[in-house]
Amino acid sequence: MKSLEELAKIRERMAGKVALREGENSIRIVVGMATCGIAAGARPVLNALVEEVAKQGVSDKATVSQTGCIGICQYEPVVEVFEPGKEKTTYVKMTPEKAVRVVAEHIKGGKPVVEYTIGNTII
Amino acid sequence: MKELSLNILDIVQNSLTAGASHIEIDLAETDETLRITVTDDGCGMDENTVRNVTDPFYTTRKTRSVGLGIPFFKLAAEQTGGGLTLKSVPASESDGHGTVISALFYKTSIDFTPLGDVASTLCTLVQGLPDGTEITFTHSLPGGTVSLDTAEMRAVLCGVPLSTPEVIVFIKDDLASQYAEARAMK
Repeated sequence: MKSLEELAKIRERMAGKVALREGENSIRIVVGMATCGIAAGARPVLNALVEEVAKQGVSDKATVSQTGCIGICQYEPVVEVFEPGKEKTTYVKMTPEKAVRVVAEHIKGGKPVVEYTIGNTII
Repeated sequence: MKELSLNILDIVQNSLTAGASHIEIDLAETDETLRITVTDDGCGMDENTVRNVTDPFYTTRKTRSVGLGIPFFKLAAEQTGGGLTLKSVPASESDGHGTVISALFYKTSIDFTPLGDVASTLCTLVQGLPDGTEITFTHSLPGGTVSLDTAEMRAVLCGVPLSTPEVIVFIKDDLASQYAEARAMK
């Protein structure tokens, strides 16, 4: 680590916001990060999701987390979106570009990107 | 795997599954060789499991009957003329339990997989790091050393989660500047 002072500044900026955030984020975005996911390109997808959630200002209502093998390795990278009271949405064959659209239209806009979901993807 | 950094991401997931509270990722690089060592204090494996983990048709997961993480890592090392060693002490045998997995790569081999974006692997690991687990990372290069210590970061952050996007961006930038310095010294 080089600049711990810089990190201390982040703490000061974030301290208030974090308290607010707890318990509020209801949408869970889950990325499959087992060998199959990683080999298929899940790392840039996850990083794009984390970045976009922050950039598009939806970090108060959505969290990004990682999981193991979801069981559909041929469809990796797989991203699942869990919303309270709604059915789970499964996005398959994800890319960082698709991730940007999912955050904008689904997480921010509330409308799943149907063409990227498992039922609508031709393998 | 297109980059060894992806293998590292994959191998460290094993340490997390093993419930490790401390994971050490050590990369030692010379002009000719690269050694990647991951040490954890997780639940460890018994002798029989250690023998089996390099077999692609052995896995503990229930979704599929193949497990390619360690076999891929081993293959990547062996195809350069190097190799993989694995030592493990199960929790049932000793309080000093845990696993050490180490792979040696010859960078001069035409079949050497590039190390790739290690900073991105670390950001991904820190983003998903459970509370109570810490990572120390050291990469010694001919021109200098790059390091990261999540326990030290948590102490400074006083309760602000490591997974906060601003913290992840900080790590990315910090590692980039450390790498730039280490590579410039060469």
